[in-house]
Amino acid sequence: MKNNVDRELPTDLLQQMNYQPFATTEIGHPEVQRVAPKVRVTTGDDKVVDSIKKVVAATLKDGMTISFHHHFRNGDFVFNEVMRVIIDAGFKNLTLAPSSLTGVMNDIVIEAIKAGTITNITSSGMRGSLGDFVSHGGLENPVIFRSHGNRARAIEHGDIKIDVAFLGVPSADKLGNANGMEGDAVFGSLGYALMDAQYADKVVLLTDNIVDYPNTPASIKQTQVDYVIKVDKVGDPDKIGSGATRFTKDPKELKIAETVNNVITHSPYFKDGFSFQTGSGGAALAVTRYLRQSMIDNQIKASFALGGITKPTTDLLNEGLVQKVMDVQDFDKGAADSMHTNRNQQEIDASWYADPDNKGAMVDQLDVVILSALEIDTKFNVNVMTGSDGVIRGAIGGHQDAATGKLTIISAPLVRGRIATVVPDVTTVVTPGDSVDVLVTEYGIAINPKRQDLRQALSHIPGVPVYDIADLQKMAEKRVGTPKPLEFTDRTVALIEYRDGTIIDTVKQVKD
Amino acid sequence: MAESEERLRRTMMFVPGNNPAMVKDAGIYGADSIMFDLEDAVSLPEKDAARVLVYEALQSQDYGEAELVVRVNGQDTPFYDNDVKAMVKAGIDVIRLPKAESAAMVEKLDQDVAAAEKEFGREAGSIHIMAAIESAKGVLQAPAIAAASDRMIGVALSAEDYTTDMKTHRYPDGQELLFARNMVLHAARAAGIAAFDTVFTNMDDTEGFYRETAYIHQLGFDGKSLVNPRQIAMVNKVYEPTEAEISNAKNVINAIQEAKLKGSGVISMNGQMVDRPVVLRAQRVMKLAKASNLVDEEGNYIEK
Repeated sequence: MKNNVDRELPTDLLQQMNYQPFATTEIGHPEVQRVAPKVRVTTGDDKVVDSIKKVVAATLKDGMTISFHHHFRNGDFVFNEVMRVIIDAGFKNLTLAPSSLTGVMNDIVIEAIKAGTITNITSSGMRGSLGDFVSHGGLENPVIFRSHGNRARAIEHGDIKIDVAFLGVPSADKLGNANGMEGDAVFGSLGYALMDAQYADKVVLLTDNIVDYPNTPASIKQTQVDYVIKVDKVGDPDKIGSGATRFTKDPKELKIAETVNNVITHSPYFKDGFSFQTGSGGAALAVTRYLRQSMIDNQIKASFALGGITKPTTDLLNEGLVQKVMDVQDFDKGAADSMHTNRNQQEIDASWYADPDNKGAMVDQLDVVILSALEIDTKFNVNVMTGSDGVIRGAIGGHQDAATGKLTIISAPLVRGRIATVVPDVTTVVTPGDSVDVLVTEYGIAINPKRQDLRQALSHIPGVPVYDIADLQKMAEKRVGTPKPLEFTDRTVALIEYRDGTIIDTVKQVKD
Repeated sequence: MAESEERLRRTMMFVPGNNPAMVKDAGIYGADSIMFDLEDAVSLPEKDAARVLVYEALQSQDYGEAELVVRVNGQDTPFYDNDVKAMVKAGIDVIRLPKAESAAMVEKLDQDVAAAEKEFGREAGSIHIMAAIESAKGVLQAPAIAAASDRMIGVALSAEDYTTDMKTHRYPDGQELLFARNMVLHAARAAGIAAFDTVFTNMDDTEGFYRETAYIHQLGFDGKSLVNPRQIAMVNKVYEPTEAEISNAKNVINAIQEAKLKGSGVISMNGQMVDRPVVLRAQRVMKLAKASNLVDEEGNYIEK
């Protein structure tokens, strides 16, 4: 069967797993029933435990679903400590449902798969050795990749039923009131973990910093928490801040960023009270810098900035150029600290941020969004999941969700080294072209033909040529040549859900 | 690759010839001239590889309207002959000779290029050359160097070697380059070719860069050699004509067209005769205005 982005899907597998093929980016107005967690009633005086082992023994059974958050990124100690105990205790057939998987988790996940401890995974993404392992058929059941908004939706629907959530926090009190802002290993917003805290049957906090009761502000509340485990260290503060949050000096990245800013400021959305999401990464940070100057020059202020937050964005908040920061995660310590001190930086959970099945999510109000791409094709479909070798090496993150913004700009170089970024067909469709409006490369821009309204505004920007995306693709091919097609087996190693829970594409096992 | 005697040469961007990523991306920054370097940027073991890389890039990459220049190794090196042959074969726009100290050196390059044009079936005289002046001897010979060949399109001052030769170094106010700059510039103008100022390497000193660029613009240089693409926009900014200059130039151009329509050989504006230097300046202003995106297709000033 083929879906609406022309991807051949395995009919048997979809039927067996009760999936529908992707049809449209329109969510419509369905009525949905949300689920609620099971609650073990207590007055709360017995929550503090000193051993992960005891809690695991008391809560976990074979076949259950466990979850973690990835707010510590590559500074995470909690995931490895808990998984060590679970593997050593001999549990089998667990489903791993973290908000995402970072590199520091890879080795122990592979060990857990090999031991039969983990047999199913759903995540925003995976990279490095784990992506390689899965792409080579290391896990029997297909991984299910979901965007941050879609994970929130799936949890609310009960598609992901979390039995036990293990959530590391830099500070908690004895009843489990916790936040991400105080302690040694602060990461700011607990946005993704708030879903787990609200919907998991058993919520286990792990912290190296038990503070006086009651701990405020409380992001996770005592009403949600079953256990508080004291550990030596929840994370390495130096590795929490993602290395990507630096100002680039790369002239090509700067050129792309400047062009992105030109597209924004020439669009009809650049007016007082507009909203934006920029994300992390060198070029995105540079866009923020150019945008700042344009906002000052044109006396324009933004009503809010959304999503994953970096210090350049909180600087705009402190300068008064942005009125509110709606913060689902913080990419660096500057942004995390700012959350603590600036009450206009609002922590939001993943549902509020991006869940499509909602009474209104923040992304629905978003004007301008800048996203990246590993590949983008002539239909404007975007791949942020598989590399040019067909191997899993990315994450959906908020890509599909934020792309519903009114002006979605994909910022990507035409070619990377000898690999084309603009291709005839992406290896894996993650975000459908219908939700992408403009592609910005170092050579010029392409406007989605479905957005004729933008063509007028963006066609006469000095120094910014407008190309047909098919011409950009040919330019890329002329520079780097035509690659040999990738070879895959028939076996599906991962399913890519669209944010509404339909299947937009699959990832096949690579042929060696 | 594009060819024109009167082209703008505000920016000549240096690109190390041994860096594939930079060679590939050199066309995206809007430099008027791109100079692939086979000389100082390339270490001895990489000389051949760099020559092959630049040769292949010239065959396969599209650099749009930019003038393509290659700095070959000096005539006293064993790489010079192959550099010249390969670049003529590739059909480069301009070959830049480093460390030029005499008209004879330019004449030799002229002959070598002519021989290579013949060998590789290139049109005779199609490959241009230029010379970099990097020593006291070179500065004193600048007029002869600039006039040594019909292929010559420009001379460039290279201050690092020159200041060393002069037993000094570079200072923020540029006094040490006063004589050399003026010699090179006069030599160029007397020979009717372009003059390029030297590089400015401190990327953190934006103010200093603007100061130096404004100064050499005032002297009359066509433009500047650059080590970083980020400097291109800054040079172009300095070379931007003002709104008043554009408006005046447009009036001159209109007067020319009016004279043409009338079949009159005399151009007059506001009752005054417009002489040749005024026309040339007006044409150059309009060219700069277009290149700086200050006017639309019809030459109207774009309000910001």
